[in-house]
Amino acid sequence: MNWELIFGQIKWTSFVFAGMIENPSLSEAIASGAGSIAVLGALATVILLTVKGWWVPLWRDWLTSVDHKKVGIMYIAIALVMFARAVIEAALMRAQQLAATEGAGFLSADHFGQLFSTHGTIMIFFVAMPFITGLMNYVMPLQIGARDVSFPLLNAISLMLTMAGAILIMVSLVVGQFSTGGWSAYPPFTGIEFSPGEGVDYWIWAVSLGSIGSTLTGLNFAVTIYKKRCPGMTLFRMPLFTWTTLCTSILMIFAMAPLTAATVMLALDRYAGFHFFTNGDGGNMMNYANLFWLFGHPEVYILILPAFGVWSEVVATFSSKRIYGYTSLVYATMCIAVLSFAVWLHHFFTMGQSANVNAIFGIATMIIGVPTGVKVYDWLLTMVGGRIRFSTAMLYHINFLLTFILGGMTGVLLANPGVDFQVHNTLFLVAHFHNMIIPGVLFGMFAAVQFWFPKVFGFRLHEGLGRASFWCFAPGFLLAFFPLYWLGMMGATRRTYMWSEPAYLPWLALAMLGAALILAGFALMVMQIVVSVRQRAQLAAPLGDPWDGRALEWSIPSPPPAWNFAVLPAVSSQDPFYEAKKAGIAYRSPTTYEDIEVPRNTATAPLIGLFACAWAFALVWHIWWLVIASFVLIWVVVIARSFATDTEETIPAATVKAANEAFLAAARAAPGVSRDREMTSENRGRALPESLEGRSGAISTGPAVEVLS
Amino acid sequence: MKPSAIVGLLAAALPGAAFADSFLEPAGPIASGQLSHFGVISALMLIVIVPMFVALPIVLYRYRRGGKGTYRPDWEFNWGLELLIWGVPVVLVVALGTALWRQTIVGDPYRALGPDPLVVEVVALDWKFLFLYPEQGVATLDLLALPEDRPVTLKLTSGTVMQSFIVPSLAGQIYAMAGMQTQLNLVAEETGDFTGRNTQYNGLGFATQSFTARVMSADAFASWVETTKAQGSALDADGYARLLPSSVVSAPVLYSQFTPGLFDQVMAGFAPGMFQNHGHAGMPAPPAPHQGHDHTPEAAQ
Repeated sequence: MNWELIFGQIKWTSFVFAGMIENPSLSEAIASGAGSIAVLGALATVILLTVKGWWVPLWRDWLTSVDHKKVGIMYIAIALVMFARAVIEAALMRAQQLAATEGAGFLSADHFGQLFSTHGTIMIFFVAMPFITGLMNYVMPLQIGARDVSFPLLNAISLMLTMAGAILIMVSLVVGQFSTGGWSAYPPFTGIEFSPGEGVDYWIWAVSLGSIGSTLTGLNFAVTIYKKRCPGMTLFRMPLFTWTTLCTSILMIFAMAPLTAATVMLALDRYAGFHFFTNGDGGNMMNYANLFWLFGHPEVYILILPAFGVWSEVVATFSSKRIYGYTSLVYATMCIAVLSFAVWLHHFFTMGQSANVNAIFGIATMIIGVPTGVKVYDWLLTMVGGRIRFSTAMLYHINFLLTFILGGMTGVLLANPGVDFQVHNTLFLVAHFHNMIIPGVLFGMFAAVQFWFPKVFGFRLHEGLGRASFWCFAPGFLLAFFPLYWLGMMGATRRTYMWSEPAYLPWLALAMLGAALILAGFALMVMQIVVSVRQRAQLAAPLGDPWDGRALEWSIPSPPPAWNFAVLPAVSSQDPFYEAKKAGIAYRSPTTYEDIEVPRNTATAPLIGLFACAWAFALVWHIWWLVIASFVLIWVVVIARSFATDTEETIPAATVKAANEAFLAAARAAPGVSRDREMTSENRGRALPESLEGRSGAISTGPAVEVLS
Repeated sequence: MKPSAIVGLLAAALPGAAFADSFLEPAGPIASGQLSHFGVISALMLIVIVPMFVALPIVLYRYRRGGKGTYRPDWEFNWGLELLIWGVPVVLVVALGTALWRQTIVGDPYRALGPDPLVVEVVALDWKFLFLYPEQGVATLDLLALPEDRPVTLKLTSGTVMQSFIVPSLAGQIYAMAGMQTQLNLVAEETGDFTGRNTQYNGLGFATQSFTARVMSADAFASWVETTKAQGSALDADGYARLLPSSVVSAPVLYSQFTPGLFDQVMAGFAPGMFQNHGHAGMPAPPAPHQGHDHTPEAAQ
């Protein structure tokens, strides 16, 4: 019996637990522990689903759904699960670096290499990307007054491909090793000569699945914004979050392709003996560096632009004021999007090109600082003349303004080849990009969760725990990363599992403290969600507008019905819902209702995701029969779907009317809640607009934040 | 603010002077130029950073709900402010860009720093560096001996994966790549031992891949060369081949002589197609005619 024909290169020693049995050590124990958590987590999920009888609802209502709102929620669920893993990995690495100042610490060099590789890969491709994609999925169609994206099934397929990639990375915890080549996987180190085995293949196929999903998402969203805006929604009436979604989508279309090309070429090198990036035989890894960063630099703007959109919505809403410099912000966003393709070389100033080339790319990088600086000051000016409420989301925004420009400063420093020569590949660089991505993107997403959660689920999140979580995250970030700037200047290299320099110790200890605070912040955030779910009755805001919102998404019930808008709205200005409230014409009944067509649920997307996951796994382990079978099955599903003609169902006008009139009647009957009762259980989602209150002086007594029991 | 003042401030906040072996305590003009450029850029950037730190708390206090600021919910634009928030960054980027351009040209690693440089050929290996001194005819492993005040031209290539070579006290880093050559010019102005290392992850031994850059007076360097010639062993193609397997070197190794042209053979080994007799990667190939191109990591011709 030829087992290799069936199982490819999987052996019993491939399983993580074998390492613990054959070669027990703390490092192996941690690896086995992580593998056990993955296995037990999967088992617990299966048991929970079975006991509660949730398999059918999971399949019927979620996995087969093509509703952009459910797709968005599932994206964010993936992001949070993967965040839990990657943030724990980060804390482990911090602890190792602290422990390894005098000795070797508790992790092996190989284990540490896998940790920084999975941490980076997961945080970028399976936390940040699904988080922003999920948010754009949920919010953008609501903001433009659409019933769904242009291609709902394609949207679900993008989700399922991303999920397949995430599952593949989770599987690598249990079966086999992961790459040690970092998230950027530079060859020739990641070539077959220097990294034999399955590790790099896990990276290649997980990232490829995610990048194909993101390309499709970009196409889908750009078309949606161009074609599905409601009547009267001209481009310059779109909310800023929608604008940033548009720019991000365009970046996704152009930037993901070089990544897919690079990963496929690396795969050809590894599987088929090609020589794109090998040492010798005509290969040149400099081509990889160019391709990767041709993706990699726009990528950071793919991540940050949606967060900029979130900040624009949050600051205007919680300042109860129109955004300052709307047009300026739009042009700044577009400048950033275009320029992001002109700076990739700054990731390798040290590759030996001429001083003139380095200088040009350095200056181009600095130029991006101009529109970014404009945006930061636009947000500050938005607060001028406002009435600022210090909600959790707003606290994140204030923290963002202060820390982000410090990150901008170190970014400008790194844009100087002369400075980069010294701090490239050190912890200074690590501190810089975490400084941009954590207060900018990650906290932007956390602020978005605080802000849109009541829209999505119909109840607010517990404000007190939200603030507690913020007060762990924000100082935790500062402590965890600002010492790294200094360490980097002292010459501490990145990706280093042990040190020989005792002077690093106090700074590493501070960073460890910061990591502990970040973990505490995450625990509080999970607790906030759990407590809020339990207290959902007191926190309920079904009338849809808990924050005195400005764009269309706040004009519909929370959670929104499957069809989003009973009648497609017609708009005549920016901030249409705010203007309607001001003019006293919000919550008016439409004159007529019509039947609404919505796409039917379909098993197409989850089946494609399942087979894509099997295909990638089979490729990693060279299980050729499964490679062929799953590849064929993917296309069988696609072809079978092409014969389905009955893909939409009709919701009768009467159903829509009944639901919508009930909502409107409830909204009209509810008393408007003033902003100082916003965080109390009086807030059912009918806002008394701040601009109609006509006061500027004292506010009523009583606690602004109600402590629920 | 002068860069040295910034560093002084930072130093005051530190337990002990811990800058040795970093560019915070430069031992040559390249590293000290990089440090002062760091200070100039940081100081210029304060122009956009300080206003935010001053204005944001004031705005938050004044326009908090219940604060004294006038509520103007529909105020959204002002040409004067608009010109200011676009204009200041543009002017600043012009200033920063000018500083960048100058420093990049002056600090270009390929720019020779004087006549008659000492040429050292560097071969990055897993997880050690091989230094070849063609003029002196000696070679070392993990010891970069340099004379004080004489310009040095390092020519770098890799016998394995890409690495990034740095001696922070003397100059910034540059990649060493197989089949290609990069250059780094520097001058050491202080004697003493400085740590150099690879900063590009290259496997299990990466954390310990460092070496000593030992700067000595011209006389001491000359006598070091003589001593090395007298006591070391020879490095030939077979000896080089024995260095290729990954290993960490615990103490520097000295070679009294090496096969001339070894550096070019290492590079040529990765580009056999460009040679007449099609050798294989990693195997010695005929010496390539020396190429003196500047500025591009050139493939062996």
